Amino acid sequence: MEGSLFQWIVFFAMAFLAIFCALMVVTRRNPIHSAVFLIVNFFAIAVIYLLLGSQFIAIAQVMVYAGAIMMLVVFTIMLISVEEARRVPMVRLSAGKVFGVILAVLLFVELLYGLMVKALPGKVGPFTPERLQAVGPVRTVGGLLMSKYLLAFELASVVLLIGIIGAVILAKKER
Amino acid sequence: MTDYVWLIPLFPALGFLINGLIGRWWRLNKTFVSWVACSALGLSFLFSILVFIGLLRLPPESRVAIPDKVLFDWIVSGGLKTVIGYKVDPLSIVMALVVTGVSFFIHVYSVGYMHEDSGFTRYFSYLNLFVFMMLNLVLANNFLLMFVGWEGVGLCSYLLIGFWFERDAPANAGKKAFVVNRIGDFGFLLGMFLIFSKLGTLTFDGVFSKAHLLDPVTVTLITLLLFTGATGKSAQLPLYVWLPDAMEGPTPVSSLIHAATMVTAGVYMVARCHVLYEMAPLSMAVVATVGALTAMYAASMALVQVDFKRILAYSTISQLGYMFLAVGVGAFSAGIFHLTTHAFFKGLLFLGAGSVMHALAGELDIRKMGALRKKMPVTFWTFLLATLAIAGVPGFSGFFSKDEILWNAFSSPQGHFLLWLIGFITAGMTAFYMFRLCFMAFCGDYRGDKEVWHHAHESPPVMTVPMVVLAVLSVIGGYVGVPAILGGANHFHHFLAPVFGVHEGGGHEAALRLLPLAWAGEAAGEGGHGSATLELFMMVLSVVMAFAGIYLAYAFYLKRPDLPKALAQGYPRAYRVLFNKYYVDEIYQFLFVDSCKRLGTILWRQFDEAVVDRTVNLVATVMRVLGGGLRLLQTGFVQDYALGIILGAVIVMLFLL
Amino acid sequence: MIPPALYLALSAVIFTIGVIGVLLRRDAIVIFMCIEMMLSAVGITLIAASRYLHSMDGVIFVFLAMTVAAAEAAVGLAIFVLLHRIYKGVKVDEINLMKW
Repeated sequence: MEGSLFQWIVFFAMAFLAIFCALMVVTRRNPIHSAVFLIVNFFAIAVIYLLLGSQFIAIAQVMVYAGAIMMLVVFTIMLISVEEARRVPMVRLSAGKVFGVILAVLLFVELLYGLMVKALPGKVGPFTPERLQAVGPVRTVGGLLMSKYLLAFELASVVLLIGIIGAVILAKKER
Repeated sequence: MTDYVWLIPLFPALGFLINGLIGRWWRLNKTFVSWVACSALGLSFLFSILVFIGLLRLPPESRVAIPDKVLFDWIVSGGLKTVIGYKVDPLSIVMALVVTGVSFFIHVYSVGYMHEDSGFTRYFSYLNLFVFMMLNLVLANNFLLMFVGWEGVGLCSYLLIGFWFERDAPANAGKKAFVVNRIGDFGFLLGMFLIFSKLGTLTFDGVFSKAHLLDPVTVTLITLLLFTGATGKSAQLPLYVWLPDAMEGPTPVSSLIHAATMVTAGVYMVARCHVLYEMAPLSMAVVATVGALTAMYAASMALVQVDFKRILAYSTISQLGYMFLAVGVGAFSAGIFHLTTHAFFKGLLFLGAGSVMHALAGELDIRKMGALRKKMPVTFWTFLLATLAIAGVPGFSGFFSKDEILWNAFSSPQGHFLLWLIGFITAGMTAFYMFRLCFMAFCGDYRGDKEVWHHAHESPPVMTVPMVVLAVLSVIGGYVGVPAILGGANHFHHFLAPVFGVHEGGGHEAALRLLPLAWAGEAAGEGGHGSATLELFMMVLSVVMAFAGIYLAYAFYLKRPDLPKALAQGYPRAYRVLFNKYYVDEIYQFLFVDSCKRLGTILWRQFDEAVVDRTVNLVATVMRVLGGGLRLLQTGFVQDYALGIILGAVIVMLFLL
Repeated sequence: MIPPALYLALSAVIFTIGVIGVLLRRDAIVIFMCIEMMLSAVGITLIAASRYLHSMDGVIFVFLAMTVAAAEAAVGLAIFVLLHRIYKGVKVDEINLMKW
């Protein structure tokens, strides 16, 4: 749907949702709460991908992140979360932690400075939105994966294989 | 024929490799080892003769113009190009003949002498290595290869003097020889550096053809530096102290190395560099003076020594002094002639000493010997012939060579009456102490242990045959050099004349003047007749002196043996100074050895331990402290590592902004 | 059109919140979730840049990054399960076996 105002509204709504959920992920005591908020965060980001015209990545985001990874996480929380007493601190403050927060803020300031002052670096490529519209974004991605980025694609599948094997071997019970 | 010159050093090298590398490993038996060693030398001698014959076939002028036999380039670096090359000219061939010939006979002798020794194989491999190095020295066509041979013979001398290294005395003697040699070699090296820096080349042909470009001061410096090398190697003042101690080695070693070959390297070097020496009259004077003084000085010490081999050692130093006297006054061929005859008779004298030691189970004190001619006739007769030769009795080889030296010391342009006088007196002393040795050892009554006398026997043929050969040479070897006034043609001098007479340089005239003087009888219009009478007169004087010395020895030691003791008691201080070799060893120990030791100790404690060690330890301590501090970063908590990552990211982004 | 700076700003905010979460929380699972959040935020940057530069490289990049994230999740969570057998409630500030 084209329409500038609509896009702005959707963008700000999703942006605030994403930021809110992110904050919640970091601050909840119960890991299941964090997990749920993270799922919502992923959804918000998926919508933002849609805004940017990457339908393929949006679906992939939902399927892989919100679907597969979070499912794994939830199962793991189920396996290893301990019934803890209320008084176990969530954060144990120390000099290092304070320094860490300062650094994170510094990082943020640097990032903002960078994106405000400098233009978007990089060459302008050939895939204009009209061309994408003509061929279809998914088709374009598929074509590229199978031609220019074939090696990366194959290696990615190898990585996944290693992940599978690794996970199975690691989680086997000791005999 | 002359092309085969490179084979001459090859055979001893092969002998060394075979005996040295696989001799002990495969436990080769003594027969094989001795055959390998002796045949290596025999082949070498054979090829020396072949090259000599090839040389004789050429007309005299072209004998010095044979191109050097270059085997391959050795050092090519910047401006320095040195090759492994051998020079064929009369001088080098004469030296090669002497070295290989005498060495061959001494090798054969050693087969008998060293038969009981457990280090038999090691001995022969060292001996072959020595001959290889010596041949490199005399055949080399450039200074650097000659220096390789120079050092190599020094090394072999060390190895062979200290052959029985399990005992203290030989080990120390070997070290002393090598260190003292090294001091001389340092001078030689400096001389070579100077030559190269001024002339840009080290080959003999190159240096001698360009020598006229040098200024007198440089030439004098070069020649003096080279001569210090010669004083070390040829045991002249002040670096002679190693030669008497070198008698700790096996006697054939003393015969070969310290009588016939290695110690003559200095004389050869001066003769080879005659172009340079003729340009520097000061150096020639130094050489002649040092030679003459050494001759008399060593002879004086030999008068009272009681060790058989020590007497011969001092005699060697004295005769080397004669050779340097000869080359110092410009009589280069006379010096080489005396070198040759000396090789024969001194080599034989040492072989005789070995024979006596062999018979008397190692006894060396002549006060405990006597009447040995009854038990060892062959040894006695050969020893006597050699002693007659060294004393300068007419008809024997030593007479011709020594006489030529004395005449040239008197009459040559660089000669001087005093030099002649010192040589003349020393000749008398030589006759005296050599016959003293001969009489005390072989004649009179036996003064030693009865048991030893009982077992004394003549040496086996493998030892006596070489002695007989050398005895024959000691007698007839002089006839190649009979001077003109006695009717001979002085073939030796003629043969070497192209080498010494026809080079450019300041000494051109002086060298040419030598020829008429030597051919006093034949030269026309050069005041020939008068000099002939003078020369004959001096010859007669020398003969009288020789016989006087012999008679004195006879009187002191055969007719009235109590006389020497009375003389010693009459002048006790003089006797003690002579007997203790002028205390030179003690002086050197005090002056040089002790101060070096002290310097070494100071450097060790004050510098090496305090400074260097502390610095190194400091570095280690700094590393340790640094490491100890840095390891605290590894806390083990992943969040701290994550913190590190974020810190890195922040810093990197700072640079990108 | 929405200016790209806004997308990038959003990505920066979510990324920073993720960093703070990684540095502050003690529970291993929560830290892991924050890491995934960081990865996801970076995806926004890449897609936005790819859109405004008319390129497809960013899209492919994000796709492959997602693949890696999935594999990493599998292995990482398996490790957490293993650790749980020893530590009973994986708290990262109690595990320091690789200390100096």
